[in-house]
Amino acid sequence: MSAKKATAKTKKAAPKAAPVMGKRVEVKHISRVEGHGNIVVEIDAKNKVKACRWEVPEAPRFFEAMILGKSYTQIHQIVSRICGICSIGHQLCSIQATEDAMGIMVSDQTVRLRKLALHGENLQSHLLHVAYLALPDLMGVGSVIPLAQTHKKELLTLIGLHRMANEFSRATTGRTTHPQRLVPGGFTKVPTEAELRDMKKMLEDSIPGLEAASDLFASVVDKLPNFTRETEYVGLVSPAEYAMYWGEVGSTMDQARPAIYYKDITNEYMVPQSTAKWTKNKGESLMVGALARFNLNHKRLSPLAKGIARKLGLKAPCHNPYYNNLAQLVECAHSVEDSIRLIDEMLNSGIKSETEPKITPRAGKGVGAVEVPRGILFHAYEYDDRGRILNADCVIPTNQNHANIQKDFEALVPTLVDEDEATIELKTSMLVRAYDPCISCSTHFVDMTSAREERRLVKFVRVDD
Amino acid sequence: MAPKPKIAFFDFAGCEGDQLQVANLEEKLLDLLEHVELVNFREVMTEASDDYDIAFVEGSITRPEDEVRLKEIRSKAKLVIALGACAAIGGVNCMKNFMDDMEVREIVYGDMARAYPTYAARPAKAVVHVDAEIPGCPIDGKEFLRVTKELLLGKPPTLPDYPVCVECKAAGNICRYEQGKLCLGIITRGGCGACCVSEGSHCWGCRGLAPDANLDAARYVMEDQAGFSRIQVQDLMRMYLGYTNAPL
Ligand code: SF4
Ligand code: SF4
Ligand code: SF4
Repeated sequence: MSAKKATAKTKKAAPKAAPVMGKRVEVKHISRVEGHGNIVVEIDAKNKVKACRWEVPEAPRFFEAMILGKSYTQIHQIVSRICGICSIGHQLCSIQATEDAMGIMVSDQTVRLRKLALHGENLQSHLLHVAYLALPDLMGVGSVIPLAQTHKKELLTLIGLHRMANEFSRATTGRTTHPQRLVPGGFTKVPTEAELRDMKKMLEDSIPGLEAASDLFASVVDKLPNFTRETEYVGLVSPAEYAMYWGEVGSTMDQARPAIYYKDITNEYMVPQSTAKWTKNKGESLMVGALARFNLNHKRLSPLAKGIARKLGLKAPCHNPYYNNLAQLVECAHSVEDSIRLIDEMLNSGIKSETEPKITPRAGKGVGAVEVPRGILFHAYEYDDRGRILNADCVIPTNQNHANIQKDFEALVPTLVDEDEATIELKTSMLVRAYDPCISCSTHFVDMTSAREERRLVKFVRVDD
Repeated sequence: MAPKPKIAFFDFAGCEGDQLQVANLEEKLLDLLEHVELVNFREVMTEASDDYDIAFVEGSITRPEDEVRLKEIRSKAKLVIALGACAAIGGVNCMKNFMDDMEVREIVYGDMARAYPTYAARPAKAVVHVDAEIPGCPIDGKEFLRVTKELLLGKPPTLPDYPVCVECKAAGNICRYEQGKLCLGIITRGGCGACCVSEGSHCWGCRGLAPDANLDAARYVMEDQAGFSRIQVQDLMRMYLGYTNAPL
């Protein structure tokens, strides 16, 4: 049912003169997000907010346990399956942690190709989100499908951009989902010079489409609720670039620290009323993702991205979480332009064929930190001297955002008490969707009823050959 | 014209990579929508309906409540199709089946482990009757379209019955064993064109065992001939093939 229709129906059912009843909004399994999440809002007859909750009933998947004892050659492929949408990011973060633990250095070419891979994923994921998942709300429809009738041209432009992003990822990593070329130490196969030129052309040709998409969004920007709540923004920072692949962990309220201190920054903790582990650092909650990166690093965006930010009216610091969608579009432009730059560098220095690097495993601990579409991702591993995992910890962006979503709810719902149920449902759903949560990613969400929980690393004993 | 068949997508424990492959069909998905009515696809649409003919199910079954939900889907749908390795063969989730259940939960949930009802991961067909499978991790978009077309035409869809090696040879790859590496293509069902091997990787077994795959012979090749240790072979076989009675 479209939002408009829903509103009309609620109005008819509750004429103004009728006695005011309490309102209850329960969205079971919010749509157009990855994984399962519920929204519960209760407002009583006196317009007092009784409850507003963000719940997560997703089936836990136990990846941190499943990789124990497994070999470093297999880990990045296993953890890739944490998430279909961020599979490249999980692989890269995993590979970084493994390389850190084993002291493996990689070539400049590998770093450039990995950055390309990350841009490819950012484009895929952001375009999927802004075009297919968020745009329908701004157009007053329930999915992207009706837009094929009403906005065919715009939709085909967005589809074209998304297809380009998939094609670009495939050309870089071998597959669009769960890629095969990325391995600790480098790549098993690299694109040829001709392929790089094709990729560059593809990226250049996408720029008019990106401009058109930002025009479309600029025309509906006022449909995004005007809601602000200042919070702590956390993301990778680097003096050299708009940090995605590496850097220190920066914050708008704290000094930047190397990734090995990730536990001190994320501080995962439990609260009785939440389904998930919460995180906090200096503020009462923190936000990661495109808007956080934009707030931290906007000065280092490419010229095209800066232009699109201006067109969309996105200025740093921005404290409106709904504007995360706009920051995603800005990052798309940055990813396109920065990829063109990286390809030019590779074409200049000449592409060398790579074969799977030879690695001698050794014992050690390592941490990987990569910006994936939904925010900063950490993987931390401890290996034994045969290169088998002893301990593993993954901190996923959606988990870090949970407390922030809840705190936003607590600030937002009181402003909605006079609205009808349909509007409350739409605005709270749009808020959750703005974060683009990736719930199946979250390997350790915790049950509603759990009052306390403590992480314990269990030493895994394996009877080996 | 007869009404369009209604199709629906549902997900259990998985990464939603298979649904993503469907969304990634882009314009081809719009073409498909000329022939079917999409009534349930939470990942891309808000509208949802309980009236559907074909249910595509992604992810494996890991909790008692998942079983209830899957049985309900089965009772409403004319056809239930398992989408991807998790739903078709149990997939990566089955890796935990080889570990102590309580230990797995404790590692991730510590003192709250008991709050987590989870049991050995299983494919959809271990719970309900499944009419067809589209294997792979993730599925191949083209295969999804082919199988869906066959279903719409009322033909029982078939999958290749030969191993990945056949397609690997056709793709002109040098065999991993020639390079001293391990590969599961020898026992894995073909249909993917050996895409992983062609990208410099090796076959992980994501499409499940080929019919009549000879595990003893495979072990002979991997351990006795190629010289890999039992644990190396086991790790690879348990990555995707965990839901089987065969001793892995
Ligand atoms: S089969 Fe693979 S791609 Fe599909 S849900 Fe499972 S892990 Fe994801
Ligand atoms: S590389 Fe693997 S799939 Fe290809 S022929 Fe050799 S064993 Fe078979
Ligand atoms: S090569 Fe093996 S692992 Fe890769 S898609 Fe084919 S069956 Fe799956």
